[in-house]
Amino acid sequence: MIIKVLGPGCANCVNLEKATRAALDHLGVDAEVVKVTDFPTIVGYGVLRTPALVVDETVVLSGRVPTADEVEVLLADALR
Amino acid sequence: MSTRQPSDERRDERATGTAAAPRLARRQWLALAAAAAAWALAWMVNEHLWTWLVRDVAQLSGRLGDGVHFFVYDSLKITLLLVGIIFVVTVLRSFMSVERTRALLGGRREGVGNVLAAGLGVVTPFCSCSAVPAFIGFVAAGVPLGVTLSFLIASPLVNEVAIALLLGSFGLGPTLLYVGAGLVIAVVAGWTLGRLRLERWVEPFVFETRLGGQLVDPSLGLTWTQRLQMGREEVRSVLRRIWPYLLVGIALGAAIHGWAPADFFARYAGAGNPLGVLVAVVIGVPLYSNAAGVMPLVQALYAKGLPMGTLLAFMMSVVALSLPELILLRRVLRPRLLAAFVGVTAVGIAVVGYLFNAVLPS
Repeated sequence: MIIKVLGPGCANCVNLEKATRAALDHLGVDAEVVKVTDFPTIVGYGVLRTPALVVDETVVLSGRVPTADEVEVLLADALR
Repeated sequence: MSTRQPSDERRDERATGTAAAPRLARRQWLALAAAAAAWALAWMVNEHLWTWLVRDVAQLSGRLGDGVHFFVYDSLKITLLLVGIIFVVTVLRSFMSVERTRALLGGRREGVGNVLAAGLGVVTPFCSCSAVPAFIGFVAAGVPLGVTLSFLIASPLVNEVAIALLLGSFGLGPTLLYVGAGLVIAVVAGWTLGRLRLERWVEPFVFETRLGGQLVDPSLGLTWTQRLQMGREEVRSVLRRIWPYLLVGIALGAAIHGWAPADFFARYAGAGNPLGVLVAVVIGVPLYSNAAGVMPLVQALYAKGLPMGTLLAFMMSVVALSLPELILLRRVLRPRLLAAFVGVTAVGIAVVGYLFNAVLPS
């Protein structure tokens, strides 16, 4: 599983990355977390409002910072 | 407000099916009603409570008593207004999204498009940190440049923090004036920039960006629990972000209030000085603050006799154009277009300031 955190490096993106790592730890899943800061690539995913979370090339969330629990639900859904 | 984690509730809903959902929903609405009642109570007792505590309990009188009373009363009033308005606005805005705004703007002609973009700039959930992806997404999807810029001007200019603070300090009239003027500036400045045909000063990669097919609309499929959680989260993050500005603003305001000679500002930037508005805008543009930091200053300067048009122009130039946002936008706009963006917006703000000074009784 490759997880991408989309965002130019603002506070929201850092928070999303933290929540994602916490969720992965809790799930006990070993996944690669990649930060994408390049604007054309971000928009290429169809994201207009950062931060966004991409799991295996599918946008699962954009425009807000979820709680770690919420990311966990999203990731668990994606794993299924 | 409830401290339970909303994600637990969602998992409960998933685990137990629909049986637990109504009970959880009821508990959540009761918590919201209790919070609303507590807010209303705090709003009503605010002034009397501090009068009693400062005058009767602490026995403070004279200038010190006035100062302490004003400080605590005003700080609490502003905080209550911010909490209430940000929460309500965020929950309402969760039904709107940048994606939907772009869909509404796609294929619009200039003119109508500019008006629509300015209006949508006010209601769309947006922060300047997303200015670049939104700009690329709009322009690459065929939204005209000027219409996109109308959106980018209106969004920070007419924002809920400014509205909350203006309501608290000056009442409904000046607030409506501010909102109306902000919309007009966004429409006219965006339209003008569109007419100038500046497309070749947009970084070329913007037009070459290929949009992904799988667009997600974040406003869809949210539960009320999530929307309320977003409201709480936004209140917390805005307050955490702006309290230093608010404190500095109140301190500066108090300093002007207490120490600046009565006619100092009126003499140099009063209605009699034709350059007053221009000076206010030139100072305001590079200044990086937000409405929360500027408002106590504006209030103090108003008390010292500065005209409303000059002060609204000052506030608009501070919130509409900021150096960090311009640095971000430089990634997509070449210097010439960036300069035109700043210039046209600043001129619009100055014109509105002069207009208000001419029309409003001083």
